[in-house]
Amino acid sequence: MDSPEQNVVASAQLPKPAALQDTPQDAFATSTGTSIFDAKGISIYYGSFRAVTDVSLTIYENEITAFIGPSGCGKTTVLRTLNRLNDLIPEARVEGEVHYRGANLYGSGVSPIAVRRRIGMVFQKPNPFPKSIYDNVAYGPRINGIRNKAKLDEIVERSLRQAALWDEVKNRMNKSGLGLSGGQAQRLCIARTLAVEPDVVLMDEPASALDPIATGKIEDLMHEIKSQYTIVIVTHNMQQATRVSDRTAFYSVLVNPDSDTRTGTLVEYGSTQQIFEDPQDPRTQAYVTGRMG
Amino acid sequence: MAAMDQPAVDLREPAGWRRTKNRIATWLMVLAFVAVLIPLGFVLYTVIAKGASTISWSFLTGSPIPPNVVPVGIGGMWPAIYGTLVITGLAAVIAVPLGVLGAIYINEYGGRGPLAQVVRFMSDVMTGVPSIVMGLFIFSIWVLHFGYSGLAGAFALACLMLPVVIRSSEEMLKLVPDPLREASYALGATKSRVTLTVVLPAAIGGIVSGALLAIARAAGETAPLLFTILTVTATNPNVFSGANTALSTQIFSNATQPYLGAQARAWGAALTLIAIAFILMIVARMVTARFTRYSR
Repeated sequence: MDSPEQNVVASAQLPKPAALQDTPQDAFATSTGTSIFDAKGISIYYGSFRAVTDVSLTIYENEITAFIGPSGCGKTTVLRTLNRLNDLIPEARVEGEVHYRGANLYGSGVSPIAVRRRIGMVFQKPNPFPKSIYDNVAYGPRINGIRNKAKLDEIVERSLRQAALWDEVKNRMNKSGLGLSGGQAQRLCIARTLAVEPDVVLMDEPASALDPIATGKIEDLMHEIKSQYTIVIVTHNMQQATRVSDRTAFYSVLVNPDSDTRTGTLVEYGSTQQIFEDPQDPRTQAYVTGRMG
Repeated sequence: MAAMDQPAVDLREPAGWRRTKNRIATWLMVLAFVAVLIPLGFVLYTVIAKGASTISWSFLTGSPIPPNVVPVGIGGMWPAIYGTLVITGLAAVIAVPLGVLGAIYINEYGGRGPLAQVVRFMSDVMTGVPSIVMGLFIFSIWVLHFGYSGLAGAFALACLMLPVVIRSSEEMLKLVPDPLREASYALGATKSRVTLTVVLPAAIGGIVSGALLAIARAAGETAPLLFTILTVTATNPNVFSGANTALSTQIFSNATQPYLGAQARAWGAALTLIAIAFILMIVARMVTARFTRYSR
């Protein structure tokens, strides 16, 4: 008798993703086990439209967590909820609870400014300020009140070294930040984010606009800073997720047949190895084996 | 001579109605451009030709003499030059900060709220109000109580400049891309910090050149000054009290007199005014270039 799942490859027979065969297994090497973000059943609305429904997950300290999934399934929306950047959209609201290090991120009396000083973000398209390279990186420390030139010099150099950009720009710190190539501009934005020494770095598809070599540099960067920062990265590139992340969250879309609207939801969340080698949910299986999305 | 093969493909522009249409359109645009240049060039040529002979150091720095004295060329415009510079400068000091702050409010803070919509609508309406109406407005609420003064003239000019500055600054602020604001917010900046340290510096080139354009226009306005400064002929350094004079009103009063000397003085004043506007344009270009140094 034919098993009803005969169209779905039994999970034990899935081929190991190519990236997992080569990459040294340093997953969780720097993890401390402390919970950084704790989301319980959050739903995100734009006005009356429910964009994301019922997302619950925990993000742990000094790990890299990847959000993967097809377009339009709410990965970026959930990411922006973590640093309250959705507040900039007037009709956006969050239901459910998000805790950051135990404190309610959306509690009354919580200042979004204080939240964003601790939780930085790198965007998909590099967006350096039309200022000099030095002023770009020094912007964050300056608005935090640091005025001492020597201290700023030190912070700028340290951030640019962390972003692997120092050698390329150290002789043209006064040139405009807009004159850099795409890969350099994105590393400048990363340096800018690291300059304020946040607790968490959120990255929204940071390498999607970049060539493979620039992408490689950014992934190396993530491995380097993993021991000091918690990183959450949204990516379309599954190989990238397998290369860099310790844990992976797979999102998908629920289509509402009556109103023909699409709502994103979290399907499965686990260690990267488990998601890619042994996915539990059939939707996850279909996505990571390339049959969907 | 080497033999040339017939090309396998004919890549020349295909003849036909499309090519003709293209050529007609191109010629029409060239004609329109020339049509615009002609009156512009004609005006410039006339003013320079008629006024150049009057311009001299004594003209620019001397005081006027009674109009019925001959010969032509004696007498000066210094009080009027001083008046124009000071009154327009005062109007700029009033209108430009108010206009830029208003534009910042509309674009960054007000959004689609009711107050922002009212301000936007009213500034659109104000751009269409005739300048003489502004002069009468200031006359009735200020001059009738406090007398003629350069300050009243500055108020009238400021009323003229304000809507232009608001609208052009708002356009410049709208051009600042949102990703820049998001990057600043993501670093933990407050809204005022974002506006002052990222949005305003990014838009400042366009804002300044828009403001200088508004100033250059206001410098040449005559009607609003007629009722507020009451053209006199002596320099009045106190701009806050007592009647004053400006180049535009001097042109008006001189040009309406039958004396040749007065006519020559009017042309000379017209040339001076155009030269001032020209200098303001050049300064606007230099300032924009300096401020947009990092935009490339």
